[in-house]
Amino acid sequence: MHKIEIENLTKYFGDKLVLDNIDLKVREHEVVCLIGASGSGKSTLLRCVNDLVPFDSGIVKINGLSIHSPEFPVRDLYKRVGIVFQAYNLFPTMTVLDNITLAPRKVHQIKKEESEAYAYELLALFGLECFANSYPEQLSGGQQQRVAIIRAMATRPEILLLDEVTAALDPELIGDVLSVIKSLKKQGMTMLIVTHEMGFARDVADRICFLDGGRILEEAPPAKLLSEPENPRTRQFLQRIIEAGRL
Amino acid sequence: MIFKGTRSRKRTGRTLRMRDRVLPHLISTATVLGAVLIFRALILRAEQWPRIKAQFFNLDVIIEVFPKVLHGFGINMSVWGIALVVIAVWALVLAILRSLTGPWFAPLKVFSIVYIDLLRGLPSLLLVLLFGFGMPALQIPGLPKSSLFWGAIAMISSYSAYAAEVYRSGMDSVHDGQRAAAKALGLNQGQTLRYAILPQAIRNVFPSLLNLAVALQKDVALLSVLGIRDAVREAQIYTARTFNYSTLIAAAALFLAATIPLARLTDYVTKKDRERRLQRTT
Ligand SMILES: Nc1ncnc2c1ncn2[C@@H]1O[C@H](COP(=O)(O)OP(=O)(O)OP(=O)(O)O)[C@@H](O)[C@H]1O
Ligand SMILES: [Mg+2]
Repeated sequence: MHKIEIENLTKYFGDKLVLDNIDLKVREHEVVCLIGASGSGKSTLLRCVNDLVPFDSGIVKINGLSIHSPEFPVRDLYKRVGIVFQAYNLFPTMTVLDNITLAPRKVHQIKKEESEAYAYELLALFGLECFANSYPEQLSGGQQQRVAIIRAMATRPEILLLDEVTAALDPELIGDVLSVIKSLKKQGMTMLIVTHEMGFARDVADRICFLDGGRILEEAPPAKLLSEPENPRTRQFLQRIIEAGRL
Repeated sequence: MIFKGTRSRKRTGRTLRMRDRVLPHLISTATVLGAVLIFRALILRAEQWPRIKAQFFNLDVIIEVFPKVLHGFGINMSVWGIALVVIAVWALVLAILRSLTGPWFAPLKVFSIVYIDLLRGLPSLLLVLLFGFGMPALQIPGLPKSSLFWGAIAMISSYSAYAAEVYRSGMDSVHDGQRAAAKALGLNQGQTLRYAILPQAIRNVFPSLLNLAVALQKDVALLSVLGIRDAVREAQIYTARTFNYSTLIAAAALFLAATIPLARLTDYVTKKDRERRLQRTT
């Protein structure tokens, strides 16, 4: 069964074509990584999936139902699909615990005790329980990013969208965040991940999509796409990554 | 000689010589003190000084009228305190209305824009005269007729327009990512404001709001043009009768006693705020 189906998705920013007729399907429990040069439209594609930016034509379906169909309850979308941003975007005036329980309590009307119990459970899982009452600024970047992932999981989503979640982190902090994502994969979470970490993509992805100029130029399992890419542009892109020492 | 204070070393990262540490202070203090003394000597020696002293710094006069001026100052400060609370709330409402998006809220948004443009563009004095004399003269049944009430309304209206713009700049300064995060969590427009935008916006502009509070603290004296017996008016009444200006000096001292501590508090809060921002970026 397909969790996410993106069909003929086209998106302009003004006159600029940013996503050009994208087709992409993600099955349940599948992890798909999006790679591509800066400005190729990866973040925009991710944001279209949970309706953060409007698109011009095409359909995005979650569990087989278009997110814009009247039968799709708006709240359900945000409950089923969690997103984590590169810049964490935690709310700085709230404690870690309040950040995590905000959506369950205020949007999904879950009782305080219940949402806090689940928050503590997740914090403990990621080794962060002692920070429940700290403010985000008091945490390291890696800790903040893990809290952001927990926040996205607090509504028990079926799908996680991750947008370059390690790009703002120091190298020694990246590992913690990546291992969290790997453990989510083991639990069967369906994920669409934008990343520049090719090694991580190779480990975690079932499929990798290479985006260029708003189009998916190549789509293959990591072993194939990273070792013997067919498209010359993919080859060029990977070549540059290798030169930068990131593969 | 090497100075071995740990504090100075911690602050500067190197050991300062005693001379380097103390000399600048000594020289500047001596300069200021010298200037003051010379100025004082010049004033005291001037032949007009006795007259100036009697006119402006007559202690007997000050003591005689002080209770009245102080009572008037009480009015100033009560108006200030009440206005402060009302402005803080009303300006926030205006800023929120202005930030709303969507066709349903368009009229409210336009109202807020027009309000702010009008009231920020008019001199406070003009508004005080217009409201303070105009509204009671209308004799509208059911509305208060006190010029103090309407004068205060004028001050509140005018300052709210400024404070609303301060709030708005605070809301604009909140990073777009915060809105995206709020939306992705499913928060609606109101919840996004309440939980994500406003707490940060208010924290960011708190020093600027305090600055406005200092400005308002002295501007409440404008109400004296309505004949309200505030500190300035009381002082003026005496001055008009006796041509002695000492009471105005007394009123001035009272205003300074109130505004200077608040200004220092503002400085302190601003400094703390800047430290917090620096910490966040490093
Ligand atoms: N809000 C916006 N307004 C106008 N243009 C935008 C906006 N957001 C993105 N773009 C443009 O859309 C294109 C794709 O942007 P996007 O952020 O999706 O790229 P990306 O692949 O995520 O790049 P990066 O790796 O740098 O994050 C870029 O050319 C960008 O300039
Ligand atoms: Mg991006």
